[in-house]
Amino acid sequence: MTHLYPPSPPLPDRAHARTLLRHMVLVRRFEEKCAELYTREKIRGFLHLYIGEEAVAAGSVPVLGPDDSVVGTYREHGQALVRGVPATTVMAEMFGKVEGCARGRGGSMHIFDAGTRFFGGNAIVGGGLPIAVGLALAARREGSAHRGSDGTRVTACYFGDGAAAEGEFHESMNLAALWDLPVLFCCENNFYAMGTPIEISHSETDLALRAASYGMPAWTVDGMDVLAVEDATRRAVEAMRGGGGPHFLEFRTYRFRAHSMFDPELYRAKEEVEKWKKRDPITLLADRMREGGMLDDDGMEEVEAEVRAEVEEAVRFAEAGTWEPVEDLTRFVYSEQDGDDGEAA
Amino acid sequence: MKTTYRAAVREAIREAISQDERVFLMGEDVGRYGGCYAVSKGLLEEFGEDRIRDTPLSESGFVGAGIGAALGGMRPIVEVMTVNFSLLALDQIVNNAATLLHMSGGAFNVPIVIRMATGGGRQVAAQHSRSLEGWYAHIPGLKILAPATLEDARGMLWTALEDPDPVLIFEHVLLYTMEGELAEGAGPVPIDRAATRRRGSDVSIITYGGSLHKSLEAAERLAGEDVSAEVLDLRTLRPLDTEAILETVTRTNRAVIVDEGWRSGSISAEISARITEGAFYELDAPVARVCGEEVPTPYPKHLEDAALPQVEEIVEAARSVLPRTAGVRR
Ligand SMILES: Cc1ncc(C[n+]2csc(CCOP(=O)(O)OP(=O)(O)O)c2C)c(N)n1
Ligand SMILES: [Mg+2]
Repeated sequence: MTHLYPPSPPLPDRAHARTLLRHMVLVRRFEEKCAELYTREKIRGFLHLYIGEEAVAAGSVPVLGPDDSVVGTYREHGQALVRGVPATTVMAEMFGKVEGCARGRGGSMHIFDAGTRFFGGNAIVGGGLPIAVGLALAARREGSAHRGSDGTRVTACYFGDGAAAEGEFHESMNLAALWDLPVLFCCENNFYAMGTPIEISHSETDLALRAASYGMPAWTVDGMDVLAVEDATRRAVEAMRGGGGPHFLEFRTYRFRAHSMFDPELYRAKEEVEKWKKRDPITLLADRMREGGMLDDDGMEEVEAEVRAEVEEAVRFAEAGTWEPVEDLTRFVYSEQDGDDGEAA
Repeated sequence: MKTTYRAAVREAIREAISQDERVFLMGEDVGRYGGCYAVSKGLLEEFGEDRIRDTPLSESGFVGAGIGAALGGMRPIVEVMTVNFSLLALDQIVNNAATLLHMSGGAFNVPIVIRMATGGGRQVAAQHSRSLEGWYAHIPGLKILAPATLEDARGMLWTALEDPDPVLIFEHVLLYTMEGELAEGAGPVPIDRAATRRRGSDVSIITYGGSLHKSLEAAERLAGEDVSAEVLDLRTLRPLDTEAILETVTRTNRAVIVDEGWRSGSISAEISARITEGAFYELDAPVARVCGEEVPTPYPKHLEDAALPQVEEIVEAARSVLPRTAGVRR
């Protein structure tokens, strides 16, 4: 039941291709800015960059509708931005400002946004998987009255190759398949869990093969090719809308940067990184668009300029943001009822 | 010899692996990456994959495997990156490691050492900043260590490995970079006694781990107000050195407990209860506590600072248990 995804689907129309490109460029430039802001100590704590993996979010997230749900990882800026969480509130979150999408309390690893049904960055590896199963269970139980406009609501859950070694991976895959729940398992296989290469983590490194053993359709997809990512996601989501149960997509991708800002990258060769950079997802798409006569230098510069403005606006917004008053520290430990401030007793 | 806490732990691991065939280190990223806090950097190159074993992300799996290896005659040092992730292995630690000896009628002891980082203060938000060592100290069958000095970072591991039962070692994340002098021949230290880190006569500050250094700083400040504070470093949270706690309180008649963990149902509550049980009539003031605010640790610095015990709060707490005249220069 596992399939290696065919080379690459044909280019879509210009407007659509441009949207895919723009999403990837947005994530790339946003994160480059984050890295810079980290060295200027505007952003603190852990910062995990998605640079190199943009095609996965850009190709898969927009396939979902507004009633679908997304469960992210701690490397989730890309997932959140493409989902439509405003760059302004994501950046403010990273600054720790109260205008952030989680009031600044979570930072980079904990982006939450109810409006876009973005159920968080989760900093416990594998921690989001059972949550996705539960969201899908709820969607299934709500039944037809609460169906999304085009059928069963889907919960897309992102996680890494490393997470696939956790017990929760097995338990969630089994539950989703057993109960036939509409979970789209999106494995971002970047071949490393921190410094541990996949061969050291998995006895069977073909993760789609493992997924198939639970009895769900599983495909291996070129995660550097945004068109392939989109095509595979569409097929999976279509099948799920029609009641097709859980699907597993293994996106083979690569992170160009260190695991986090603390990682001296002792575990991999520069040449390996350089080799992967030759398949930069942004360049891959841009080149194809150029070949197809959809993009020239001016067109590219236009995309860059739009993104630049969006990122600058996000930084301005975050800079202008305010610190949550210390008096509010104990708010939301418990839910706030009418006339009660929800403080811990 | 000038060294760091991190290097002291590394030296302890090196010694254990060199001295005892049965010892090996296993955990996530302990090898190729060099340890997520660089504790085991260089050890894979030195000892090879059999002794320095990178594991997949499978906390329950490899902690359980450590327990099995210990049952099978090995002396594993299992590193769980941080206490936060040890929650995925809680079942193995509590239902197996802590329980097997008693449940098997004494037939099977579990000589495993599990090390993990603990504590907050690095702005890494709620899921990476917990202090749950006090929680583990609730469990009979476990021994809970919290090395706060270079000597203890260097010396506790060996003693823990010699112990026939499961020992959990909690290393506070902010201590890894701590520098200081360590005696050339520093070696094993006892793991069943608290240590007085500063002598004093007016008030006892009882603490451990990352809070020790804040407490010492508070004691220094109090000295400037003519208050003589004693600082007791518990070192071991289970078994608690009740005798040392009662002894210091009996001399100073006042106690402040400092713990990064939350107040409710905590190790600080346990210490306070033991003081009440064993030294109630020696007290001249109610026991005071400085604990972590009861919220999941937030990311921004000003909120994280507000959520964790700070030196000024310790000073305040000490003042609050002193007679009103104390602290006024006489
Ligand atoms: C349960 C748990 N164990 C360990 C960690 C520390 N850690 C954070 S990210 C990471 C690697 C995860 O790798 P993978 O799932 O492949 O995701 P990637 O970082 O490659 O995107 C590890 C070990 C954690 N956050 N949670
Ligand atoms: Mg990975």
